[in-house]
Amino acid sequence: MNKVLSVEALHKYYGAKPAVAGISFEVGRNEIVGLLGPNGAGKTTTINMILGVLQPTTGTIRIEGRDLATDRSRALACTNFTAVYATLPGNLTVYQNLRILGMIYDVKQLSSRIEELLVQFDLKAFRNVKCGLLSSGEQTRVQLAKALLNRPHLLLLDEPTASLDPSAARDIRATIREFTVRDSVGVLWTSHNMYEVQDVCDRALFLSHGKILLEGDPKTLPREHGKVSLEELFITVAREPLTLGAG
Amino acid sequence: MKTLRFNRAAAIVLRQFYLMRGSPARLLPLFVWVAIDIVLWGFITKYLNSIAAPGFNFAYTLLGAVLLWDFFGRVMLGVTTAFLEDVWSRNFINIFATPLSISEYVTGLVMTSISTSLIGLAVMMALAMLVFGLSFFVYGLMLIPFLLVLFLFGIALGVFASAVVLRLGPASEWLVWPVPALLSPFVGVFYPLSTLPSWMRVVAHILPPSYVFEGMRTIVLGGRFSGITLLWGGCLAVLYIMLAGGYFVHVYRYAARTGLLARYSAESAS
Repeated sequence: MNKVLSVEALHKYYGAKPAVAGISFEVGRNEIVGLLGPNGAGKTTTINMILGVLQPTTGTIRIEGRDLATDRSRALACTNFTAVYATLPGNLTVYQNLRILGMIYDVKQLSSRIEELLVQFDLKAFRNVKCGLLSSGEQTRVQLAKALLNRPHLLLLDEPTASLDPSAARDIRATIREFTVRDSVGVLWTSHNMYEVQDVCDRALFLSHGKILLEGDPKTLPREHGKVSLEELFITVAREPLTLGAG
Repeated sequence: MKTLRFNRAAAIVLRQFYLMRGSPARLLPLFVWVAIDIVLWGFITKYLNSIAAPGFNFAYTLLGAVLLWDFFGRVMLGVTTAFLEDVWSRNFINIFATPLSISEYVTGLVMTSISTSLIGLAVMMALAMLVFGLSFFVYGLMLIPFLLVLFLFGIALGVFASAVVLRLGPASEWLVWPVPALLSPFVGVFYPLSTLPSWMRVVAHILPPSYVFEGMRTIVLGGRFSGITLLWGGCLAVLYIMLAGGYFVHVYRYAARTGLLARYSAESAS
């Protein structure tokens, strides 16, 4: 089985208003897929549904072949995430947060895994510091350490480098790319940084008004649609989605 | 068949342990307020004993009742406070976007409450015995089922109150703090149920603590108290635990369906 994530005909309505309107896509092993779109396009709604904290109106989500609706625990055991809106409790230390979540994910040899991640993300000095006292960049590194705690097969990254300086962001991208290849992980990555998307993603999905408008290689997509850059294509998706839909 | 993983429930307990270890503001309320209650009522009973006719010890009815009632309150608040820690730190997505099941989460809250309420109980019993001479032998072995019924109902109410907060949003925590005080007139902590008007007695009969306090008074006054009556109170408490658990699951599903869980700080999904 090559697909880590399989989303089919996913809908989410709030009353009569569709937030996600029938999207289908897959994420394979060793693949980083960018989920792009303007604010309110449905990216976070989609990620929340894959994380099981938001129930789809209709449609199915399968993680490693397991239906999230009927086999939630096992599906989420091989998944992890980071999101700017889900910071770890600031009143617990880095180590305490990792320990608690490691127990919830049933991580084997948890102590050594935590130490490994503290080294990998340069967090040794912050081991016993409360997360609420860390800078936003340091908190992002803690969140990424948490996201890799259970060696997930599916990693959901909602703007993972949003609060990092360019140098730190490049290191984090390299770490995630390395992890993706080494552990055969599938990654769903949202970002508003088009340079980052071109640099890191194998494939990009453009979301607009809850629908996938475009899909393809972020390096060649702009040319295919007569645009100079991915950023220009993004702006067109945000402002004139119908011109692309018709094309 | 879904299996409950103890390790995951233990993680919820560990989180509370970490929080309490470094925080006197969390640790002190486990025993300070109940200790103050025991001291206050200890002196009241001493005074009443000095002015009442000799032969009757108010400690067994009043001080014993305060101890049992405070234990019930600690159990309920033990569950609710552990849940509120996730509300206060906006931790729902981190907790619920994991393999943790609802039953494992609630089990973790209950295990937390067991440990915190036992600390309060130990402090209260020590104070009541050593300072005010309350002998628990008066209640005999019935003390154990008394505590058990109050514990079960405290758990039920704690889980229900947590579900209410999940459903109505963070500000609704102020609705749950006074719940024990709201129930106390109905369950006859300090007076027989016969004192109550008939409509209050009807309410009292569906509340398990009523059976405990009636039983306690009957034993202290030398009457015979049927274990079957207390068993009925226990059955009611178990029923309430099942209803509260069902309500928590119902509210959780509602929150996941409407988007409330993912946007909890907004207090409503619309």
